[in-house]
Amino acid sequence: MTDTAVPVTTRKDWSSDQEVRWCPGCGDYSILAAVQMLLPDLGVRREDTVFVSGIGCAARFPYYMNTYGMHSIHGRAPAIATGLAVTRPDLDIWVVTGDGDALSIGGNHLIHALRRNVDITILLFNNQIYGLTKGQYSPTSEQGKVTKSTPFGSLETPFNPISLALGAEATFVARTHDMDRKHMQEIFRRAHAHRGSAFVEIYQNCNVFNDGAFERITGRDARAEHLIPLVHGEPIRFGPEAEHGVVASPDGRLRIAEVAEVGEEAILVHDEQREDPGLAFALSRLARGPFEPTPIGVFRAVDRPEYGEAMSRQLLDAAERRGPGDLEALLRSGGTWTVES
Amino acid sequence: MSTTAEHPRHQTVELDRVVIRFAGDSGDGMQLTGTQFTAASSLFGNDTATLPDFPAEIRAPAGTLAGVSAFQVHISDHDILTPGDAPSVLVAMNPAALKANIGAVTAGGILIVNVDGFDDRSLEKAGYASNPLTDGSLASYTVYEVPMTSLTMEVGKEAGVKPRDAERSKNFFALGLVSWLYSRPVEPTLEWIGKRFAADALVLDANTRAFRAGYNFGETAELFESTYQVRPAPLEPGTYTNVTGNTALAWGLIAASHRAGLGLFLGSYPITPASDILHELSKHKHFGVRTLQAEDEIAGIGAAIGAAFGGSLGVTTTSGPGIDLKAESIGLAVSLELPLVVVDIQRGGPSTGLPTKTEQSDLLHAMYGRHGESPVPIVAARTPSHCFETAMEAVRIAVTYRTPVILLSDGYLANGSEPWRLPDVAGLPAVDPAFAPAPGEGDGRAFQPYERDPETLARPWAVPGTPGLEHRIGGLEKADGSGDVSYDPVNHERMVHLRAKKVAGIAASLPPVDVDDEGGPGSAPVLVLGWGSTYGAIAAGVRRIRARGLAVAHAHLTHLNPFPPNLGEVLRAYPAVLVPEANLGQLVRLVRAEFLVDARSLTKVQGQPFRAAEIEAAILELLGVDPATTAPKEDVSS
Repeated sequence: MTDTAVPVTTRKDWSSDQEVRWCPGCGDYSILAAVQMLLPDLGVRREDTVFVSGIGCAARFPYYMNTYGMHSIHGRAPAIATGLAVTRPDLDIWVVTGDGDALSIGGNHLIHALRRNVDITILLFNNQIYGLTKGQYSPTSEQGKVTKSTPFGSLETPFNPISLALGAEATFVARTHDMDRKHMQEIFRRAHAHRGSAFVEIYQNCNVFNDGAFERITGRDARAEHLIPLVHGEPIRFGPEAEHGVVASPDGRLRIAEVAEVGEEAILVHDEQREDPGLAFALSRLARGPFEPTPIGVFRAVDRPEYGEAMSRQLLDAAERRGPGDLEALLRSGGTWTVES
Repeated sequence: MSTTAEHPRHQTVELDRVVIRFAGDSGDGMQLTGTQFTAASSLFGNDTATLPDFPAEIRAPAGTLAGVSAFQVHISDHDILTPGDAPSVLVAMNPAALKANIGAVTAGGILIVNVDGFDDRSLEKAGYASNPLTDGSLASYTVYEVPMTSLTMEVGKEAGVKPRDAERSKNFFALGLVSWLYSRPVEPTLEWIGKRFAADALVLDANTRAFRAGYNFGETAELFESTYQVRPAPLEPGTYTNVTGNTALAWGLIAASHRAGLGLFLGSYPITPASDILHELSKHKHFGVRTLQAEDEIAGIGAAIGAAFGGSLGVTTTSGPGIDLKAESIGLAVSLELPLVVVDIQRGGPSTGLPTKTEQSDLLHAMYGRHGESPVPIVAARTPSHCFETAMEAVRIAVTYRTPVILLSDGYLANGSEPWRLPDVAGLPAVDPAFAPAPGEGDGRAFQPYERDPETLARPWAVPGTPGLEHRIGGLEKADGSGDVSYDPVNHERMVHLRAKKVAGIAASLPPVDVDDEGGPGSAPVLVLGWGSTYGAIAAGVRRIRARGLAVAHAHLTHLNPFPPNLGEVLRAYPAVLVPEANLGQLVRLVRAEFLVDARSLTKVQGQPFRAAEIEAAILELLGVDPATTAPKEDVSS
């Protein structure tokens, strides 16, 4: 879909002159590289691209992109991006956020951006910890998590970001992880192409405060056994020999079964375009956390009118019906009288 | 009925002005009645000023004092400044409305009561031990008892309306009666009823019949000895409309965006009494106005900041607790140095406070309510129609100086209305957004997002989509010029000074503060300094002092930060300065701190605007004059 008029670029063109200042070994580096290397392929212009972020380690992302960008305030990026997106439908807007930014202080903005289906691509770097404030538990930390602020263990049930996004009426919901550039780029490409809000959860390793949080499923040797790739129209199978599969129990729940035992035809075929988000939600609940087989890929991708476009249409309709705005007529719209000299 | 009401059986008494208060249950339609009476009077050519006063509850229990809704209108044959200190006519639809308002009515005033509403149960609900209509307690008033409910139901029955629904037209009966009593033309009201209720023929018919019945009742029932006539006021020639503060403010924003060639974006969360601006702007999509009813106050301003980054005129509107919630985002806008207009319709606080009552208590919040050194320009409207030009001025400052601007209005201005002489649209000020242009070929130098205009200290407004100006901004401290993140201590201090200097420098673009002093600047012994909606009461109070043959000066501020450049000079020219405010003394603190003058404070925090008499009394006290020894030489009205 590359527009021939768009100049050919390389990763270098998309990298700003600012020194990247995440901790050495941080998963954010691989996400940044994946994005910078993907953008030249997307047929978009640097000047039409905007990265908006809130606060947190992930939120430094815009400084490293040679595009327009705003590093705003904690949790508010989806709201700010909404104002930008509805007034500038010509722009390509990305929101970069973290689990604290998006799901704690900014939870309200996230769910409403998703509900409205604003045309933005949201990358949620989930490392299940507060990094920038040096190691407190986050809304995605597992129950019992011992951190500086929970020395006796966290009492809280974590959010499942995929379940949350689906519950918030998101039209595009996907998960990827920082150890697989190819998979990240494939998901980012899909998210970018989606019209409306695209929500991508990225399992991201914080090697300083929560090292190895996802290693049991994303480690090179663990992936085959623990990552369940979702492919539209394909039976949901995984394992080195694709010997495991997802089946629906009679009670409606999904569970993992051996293909050899249940038969190929019993394996659930993934349909990301199902209007009803129920099955996608069930898939999001398949793993209780990143320590047992976990689906990655696109959970849901459905069409729904995009908010900014719908708003623009209302403006056009009004202008067509009433003609362009006439200030003189506006000021007289409440009835007037004249005082003669 | 005819437009030139002839009343052969009644004599017509000429009045120079009258203050009427309509009062009833919050479901009785008193706001609608008062608004239409005002509109008809304005169309007739009177000067008008209004004071709606309603409870925060949508429908408090019927018949209780808590549920009383009132609308006061002042109509006159000369220019007036306030809705009147005290009504001389009270229309009371039930005992609670009478009880809640009787204390305000002038001695010997007229009471027009819906006698049908005075049953035992309603009297009890209002807390009356005996019926005031029969126990002699209203002997000092002229009381007209009119069976409004039953007469309305009678005509409703003719229209074929169910009795329950017919009763609801009784406010139109009251409107008809008062329109007759004050010789108002009926056509404009009939026309308005026709438009307003066009969707429901039955309701339209019932309301029309009730209005006519009320009018005819005055004419035929031998209850009233006379009708009254308030002749048109000699207003400045021109075309007028009646406008509330919130409508004028919304129109001012549209006008400013139109003149600047900027798309208008409003991000707002519903909150009393600011919501009407959201409602009004939502109607005008054909002007390219985009409105977003945000998920909360923070999202409202956040979205406006996003829109501003994209090159739109970003606006957010709020009141009370909403301005607290926006504080962090205003700080971001200070750091980003993007144009943004934050409208605060002040109401009683703290916390939820008095949502429907007026107050001026957010000035210091606007000034200082953010962490860090975070200067924000502040402008304040003084009358309902002044909200129009104040909105345009806020936009001028925001766009020219690339800064958030706080516009202060309040509940009194928001809902109050006055006749407004329409400005010449072509002559309205136009501000140039002056977006940063794309660099030309060979411009080797990297774009400097925080390079400043030497005169205004404003930074470039470089909007996404412009090739070659890609840049990142944010809430972290910026390096002077490059805008890169900088933790350098000396740079931080320089930036703090630059932001402060930029805002202070706006003063250079402001007109000097105008002083109303009959003997020339500095001649009166007392200067009354006001800001915002105290304008009418102060100007009227000053008129009263002058009618006593005494001198007093009045200056009124639109610009609260920075102050007009000559303010210090003006204040120091007077031996005494009085600062009336609907708060505990906020402007007075600022001027005392800024100019080291011994300004005195006059405060009122009752959720109600000042009365002219209160200002008058305070000035007399400051002058050391006994009110009894200097009776006014002429009757002056406010």
